[in-house]
Amino acid sequence: MSNLPDTPISPDSVLSTRGLVKRFGGIAATNNVSLDLRQGARHALIGPNGAGKTTLINLLTGVLQPSEGRIFLQGEDITHLPAHLRVRRGLVRTFQINQLFDTLSPRDTLRMVVSHHVGLSGKWWPSLGANAQVNTRCDALLKQFHLSEVADRPTRILAYGKRRLLEIAIALACEPRVLLLDEPVAGVPAGEREELLQTVAALPADVSIVLIEHDMDLVFSFANRMTVLVNGTVLTEGDPQQIANDPQVKAVYLGHEAEVGHG
Amino acid sequence: MNRDGRWKYWEFVLWAVALAAPWVLPSYALLLNEIAIVALFAVSLDLILGYSGIVSLGHAAFFGFGAYSAALFAKLVMPDPLVGLFIGALAGGVLAALASPTILRGTDLSRLMVTLGLGLILMELANKLDWLTGGADGLQGVVMGPLLGRFEFDLYGQVAASYSGIVLLLLFVVARRLVHSPFGATLMAIRDNRLRTMAIGISVSSRLAIIYMVAGTMAGVAGALLAQTSGFASLDLFELHRSADVMLVLVIGGTGWLYGGVVGALVFEIMQKFLSSITPQYWTFWIGLFLVVLVLVGRERMVRPWTWFYRGGKQ
Repeated sequence: MSNLPDTPISPDSVLSTRGLVKRFGGIAATNNVSLDLRQGARHALIGPNGAGKTTLINLLTGVLQPSEGRIFLQGEDITHLPAHLRVRRGLVRTFQINQLFDTLSPRDTLRMVVSHHVGLSGKWWPSLGANAQVNTRCDALLKQFHLSEVADRPTRILAYGKRRLLEIAIALACEPRVLLLDEPVAGVPAGEREELLQTVAALPADVSIVLIEHDMDLVFSFANRMTVLVNGTVLTEGDPQQIANDPQVKAVYLGHEAEVGHG
Repeated sequence: MNRDGRWKYWEFVLWAVALAAPWVLPSYALLLNEIAIVALFAVSLDLILGYSGIVSLGHAAFFGFGAYSAALFAKLVMPDPLVGLFIGALAGGVLAALASPTILRGTDLSRLMVTLGLGLILMELANKLDWLTGGADGLQGVVMGPLLGRFEFDLYGQVAASYSGIVLLLLFVVARRLVHSPFGATLMAIRDNRLRTMAIGISVSSRLAIIYMVAGTMAGVAGALLAQTSGFASLDLFELHRSADVMLVLVIGGTGWLYGGVVGALVFEIMQKFLSSITPQYWTFWIGLFLVVLVLVGRERMVRPWTWFYRGGKQ
């Protein structure tokens, strides 16, 4: 089992945690979590509400500091690295609730992000659209995320599905090695859903992805590895087939629903 | 918005008219000088308020500090205006660098308070250090040398207005490049969504510290211009109403748009001049009324009176 705190980090693991604990007062929102994300994986993180998925994301990205345990990115200990330096090393997230730049257009947003990641965002004399290499990359991203037609409109007037696409495009513009997708299809209306699902499915294979999602259709069509979190701890880990047939997982989800029924 | 930063024809015309104005209308040269200085001050505030989302009620601290530094330099060291201007810029920039940690954290309200506090601290310092600053009487007897060793400042203020106008233009060009650059885009990103800006790997604090310094430098230059062209620096430069006025100027002209500072300065100064000539005691009443109407009606609709009677209007 890989979820033991003293398991060594294997060389093909891009992101690992060992014995990760986060306490808020007396409550352990994350309790002894040890995970390994393989290179190129599509790894889903599921669990009922309150299982500690968001806390785990915040620990991985450096928004929160763990009470105990360590985090490794490509074998390197990043437990105490500030959030923005983790991004620079390729650990990038998206947000469950869109976090966009409303007054900028999608094109300018991506130009800004790409400029930053090729080391040009400190330049204050040339104009934002001056670098051909940046523009080429932005055009490709706009096309990939079906944003070309709306590229020059202010982001605040875009339809929700387009905003959701831009949310992921921004993350991909950061050239991630590891991408944490936090409920990418949450709240997207049916008509815009297919476009988004296809785009998520077509994300580059060399980017390792952690998917946090409640939508089981998406999880089972997308993931090749799954971890089930319950009350801050890892209940079980395996491939989708194993998880679907796991009696413990069924119990948790059924039990959870039964509880909701009582309430 | 035009994001490529290319100059439009009307901009060249505007600046040509602005720079010719003191020589065509000599009786307005003093007013034009003031407008140029207020415009520069407002543009510097726009960099932090309009583009970076940092509210400040103490921007006069940099203005006043630049003014006193330039005035003291002229009095005690040498009267050359350009060297003095550099000293004013340096003073504003250094003060902003020292003050920048205070605006990096906290809420808008806490920023209003610390910036307000900075202005008060400097005003009281200028008051107490009267052996140096002249205290409540102000720093008098600042005599400037000729500009570039050739152009004496005249009584009508034509040289002064041209001097301030050219400095405004040069710094406006710098600010214009800056806001259209990748660096400028990261500032707007911070203004729009600080959380996401951090999540794409940008160090928000260092960016804000840099733009605060740039804005402080420009405000210092504006203050230095005022001290040099009026030959005087007084405590009133640090007062809250200076910081409030420059915010009004920006609100009138529009934030997040560099010409907003220039247009606002023009409207504000002319209105003040016009109103105070009609009703010297109560002109602030009309300014106040104008502001309330402007904010309630909205600037867009205000300059398009034909839209006033449509419900909803076009978006």
